[in-house]
Amino acid sequence: MTETIDTSTPLGRPIKRKEDAKLLHGRTNWTDNIQLPGTLHMAILRSPYAHAKITKLDVTPALSRPNVVAAYGADELGDLNGSIPCVWPVVDDIVMPDFPSLAKGVVRHVGDCVAVVLATDPVQAADALEAIEVDYEPLPAVVNMQDAIKGGTLVHEDAANNVCYNYPFATGENYDDVKAKADVVVTRQWANQRLIPVFMEPRSVVAAPMGMSDEMTVWSSTQIPHVLRVLMALVTGIPENNLRIIAPDVGGGFGGKLQLYREEVLVTQLARKLGRPVKWTESRSEDMVATHHGRDHIQTIEIAATKDGKILGLKVHLLADMGAYLQIITPGIPILGMFMYPAIYKMDAYDFYCTGVFTNKTPTDAYRGAGRPEATYAIERIIDELAAELDMDPMELRKKNWIKHEEFPYTTVAGLTYDTGNYEAATAKALDLFGMDELRAEQKRRRESGDTVQLGIGISTFTEMCGLAPSRTLGALKYVAGGWEHATIRMLPTGKVELVTGTSPHGQGHETAWSQIASSILGIPVEDIEVVHSDTGRAPYGMDTYGSRSLAVGGQAIKKAAENLIEKARIIAAHQLECSPGDLEFVGGEFKVKGDPEKAQAIGAVAFEAFTAHNLPDGVEPTLQGEATVDPEDFSYPHGTHLAAMEVDTETGKVTLRKYVAVDDVGNQVNPMIVEGQVHGGLAQGIGQALYEGAFYDEDGLPLNANLSTYLIPAAPDLPSFITDRTTTPSTTHPLGTKGVGEAGAIASTPAIINGIVDALRPMGVTDVAMPATPMTVWKTIQAAKGGQA
Amino acid sequence: MIPAAFDYTRVATVDEALAALASSDDAKILGGGQSLLPVLRQRLNAPELIVDCSAIDEIKGIDASGDKVTIGAGATHHAVMNDPAVKSSVPLLAKATETVADPQIRHRGTVGGSLAHADPRADQPPVALALDAEFTIAGPGGKRTVPASEFFIGPFETAVGEDEILVSVAFPKYDGWGTHYEKFNRTAQAWSIVGIAAAVRMDGGKIAEARIGLTNVGGTPVRATAVEQALVGASSMAEIAAAAEKASDGIEPFADEDADVEFRKHLARVLTKRAVAKAAGIE
Repeated sequence: MTETIDTSTPLGRPIKRKEDAKLLHGRTNWTDNIQLPGTLHMAILRSPYAHAKITKLDVTPALSRPNVVAAYGADELGDLNGSIPCVWPVVDDIVMPDFPSLAKGVVRHVGDCVAVVLATDPVQAADALEAIEVDYEPLPAVVNMQDAIKGGTLVHEDAANNVCYNYPFATGENYDDVKAKADVVVTRQWANQRLIPVFMEPRSVVAAPMGMSDEMTVWSSTQIPHVLRVLMALVTGIPENNLRIIAPDVGGGFGGKLQLYREEVLVTQLARKLGRPVKWTESRSEDMVATHHGRDHIQTIEIAATKDGKILGLKVHLLADMGAYLQIITPGIPILGMFMYPAIYKMDAYDFYCTGVFTNKTPTDAYRGAGRPEATYAIERIIDELAAELDMDPMELRKKNWIKHEEFPYTTVAGLTYDTGNYEAATAKALDLFGMDELRAEQKRRRESGDTVQLGIGISTFTEMCGLAPSRTLGALKYVAGGWEHATIRMLPTGKVELVTGTSPHGQGHETAWSQIASSILGIPVEDIEVVHSDTGRAPYGMDTYGSRSLAVGGQAIKKAAENLIEKARIIAAHQLECSPGDLEFVGGEFKVKGDPEKAQAIGAVAFEAFTAHNLPDGVEPTLQGEATVDPEDFSYPHGTHLAAMEVDTETGKVTLRKYVAVDDVGNQVNPMIVEGQVHGGLAQGIGQALYEGAFYDEDGLPLNANLSTYLIPAAPDLPSFITDRTTTPSTTHPLGTKGVGEAGAIASTPAIINGIVDALRPMGVTDVAMPATPMTVWKTIQAAKGGQA
Repeated sequence: MIPAAFDYTRVATVDEALAALASSDDAKILGGGQSLLPVLRQRLNAPELIVDCSAIDEIKGIDASGDKVTIGAGATHHAVMNDPAVKSSVPLLAKATETVADPQIRHRGTVGGSLAHADPRADQPPVALALDAEFTIAGPGGKRTVPASEFFIGPFETAVGEDEILVSVAFPKYDGWGTHYEKFNRTAQAWSIVGIAAAVRMDGGKIAEARIGLTNVGGTPVRATAVEQALVGASSMAEIAAAAEKASDGIEPFADEDADVEFRKHLARVLTKRAVAKAAGIE
């Protein structure tokens, strides 16, 4: 992509990432690299059953194994067996079962924690698990949501049924009234399949009592050190002010490390009990069954429209798989999606209903997009189905119904107010880059010649809500925490800067981007700004990194903190320059007297004066820093138009993504190179859902593909060179004019791919292809359609 | 995961390897480690003794001096697929080897190790079967040779005994044959769902002789002899397609998440047609 670069400011420039030299040279501090004297290594005995009673558990034989120091089941752990809290009880009558760190008598998913062994050597800890004597009485497993809601076997034996909650939400006009006026009603049911986050660095946690103080330090490969500190204090009873949580270098998260995990609680509790450091690092095999999963919704969606293509209303009924327990925000994920089903389209009625369901599977929770990819998939797929039903071009149908650029700000039927957007501009650019007319001509040729390889064109004109979020809104949704973000910018006497942020990067490049924002305001070079993050001891306030919130919310805090710093500096500079603060302008890192540009003082010199405090104006405190804690005015609404050209080999069912165009509107860009990276990574994961990924279980609830040789994720050879570009419609609710970008690619791409496959095969009678669209799935779909025609 | 405890010895000669194997009732040979280590890490197997044969130089060479190309069991995938004699005289083996996993694995893993591991999903066993390779196995009683048709016994089971070691694999020369390996998988680094190894000798625009091996349509690689016979004399796509219909005759594929029995049989037919057409240069 091409960019016009303004070199007068570091904002908007594709500066190389500060983080990368360290990463490329291997000078990284992954949690598993932390070696503390006297460390005990924890190994976990996990359930091989989806649902079973533990009829015998004797950990004592493990104690006689070499170098084993301790072993615990739930009974031995007693009061230290902390339960994982859920902080998003979406309705008052939600069912929130106990979720103990170690199972108490019953295991409820493969990978459930049964017992732990601690040894001075990690290998010997793992070996000693074999000595634990455990017997299970297998119970029937609840695997399928449609069966689960009928009753029968219960995941939690004391519950009335397997329903976690029911959530109705109807807005606008009455849906049934609107439907009665419709010429066309299209109803479909889709499985938005279960996914596994598959971050590169497996989870790892080290907890160490500091000895010389009451402090307990916990290093964890987490996205949320600040939230973790609060939750860990609540679960363990360790006073929050004695807990220090550090997320060292973290190798990816995608929502999978937005969590308080059982293993984190166990490690911390056992470090406290045993008075020495305890460490646990998961294997990939553990990760695939014990890290929370994402998606897993069954979506029934109905759209009502007039015969000329005006959308009247939308009805959505979800079954959302919670898994066996509630992790911290498990129930809220479908509710985040709830707002996005109407997407960019104007309509009169919206009727949503979600049932959260317990099953004997790994708990679900946030995964890149968290509710919004599911919603976007459903709406963008049903729009194509409606277009087919109406015999309309799918892009024309979208244009007919989307919010026009002159109509912003626009309040959707779901109640969100989109501040800005320009779907026309993004679409025009995407169509131009894609070469739509040539591809449609080729598609026609292939259809007419009966080519083995058919071509399809997939469209996704998406938007999403991110930048979580205004605290009041979160409160209204019963989310327990706020959505603000904090920044402190400290000038040091030598003119260097420490920028303390409450965001917690795990690959995003915050150190570079945040430096660019501060540099653009303070006039201090990017390389003189050090970003301090992810350590509650050094960056005490924050709400961490998830939901594309770091720039959208944290960026505002940095801007405001820098401005606050300038305002204090202005008073000191005015005193030095013997003028009034109002006479000063701040340009390029210098305070200049208006009309007398010879009289000036650089910000660094002001910082030195503030530090020596020899000559400060009365009432001005020494030192120079700015702080800000910002609650966002609204969510952030990035949007874009994505187009995919899909080749389908009708003889083998194999699908090839030939061309992919992504035009995203993320408002102003701080660093276009980092934006580009976020788009690419998101696309890969969204395409992964469409074509490759899916966590599947047999009828006994045993995972069928919980390893990386069978759970396939796309790698570079599997993806084309993406054609990307941007339109820029700055956000009006975010002072930098920026919007979130971390999830956009993952949200937009999945329906584009499936729409493309269905478009290729629609003349054969195909109206849907299940995800992931494996060769066998596509081939069987074609065979079934042929059979239907015969 | 972490493998169970095992003893380890590194040997420098075939004789040392045989002595080490004889010293234990439960020993496993480590070549490039690309198959064995995942097995150990998942604790699917927990041998008492690992005999590391990666330093045995005498089995790493590739010799094409006679009427065969003899590949030492310790030659890496990378070495084999880039060897000029393999590329000219056993091009099908070079092409199949190019599809194995990724460059890192191909630099570590060995062709001999893959053949001896006999994973039904592996790409080289059907090549060895179709091309009538001959396996040289060393044991306590000396060396013996086994034809490919008798080498593959079942999934992960070959003619190599527990006290023996595969030393080399000799391929007849197929200079001038048209060849193609058609690999069908879901991602570039994934195992074959089905693979077709095809070699044809052309004479006057017609297929004079054909050799077809099938990957992952049963517990062992399969030689598609009915297809081979039906292809003789074929010169058109229609004739190739008709012959390829026999690719599913007599095979007993298993079902997994990627393919059920019906789809595997279908793939065997379609991909055989495509592989032969490409090998023969017929469109």
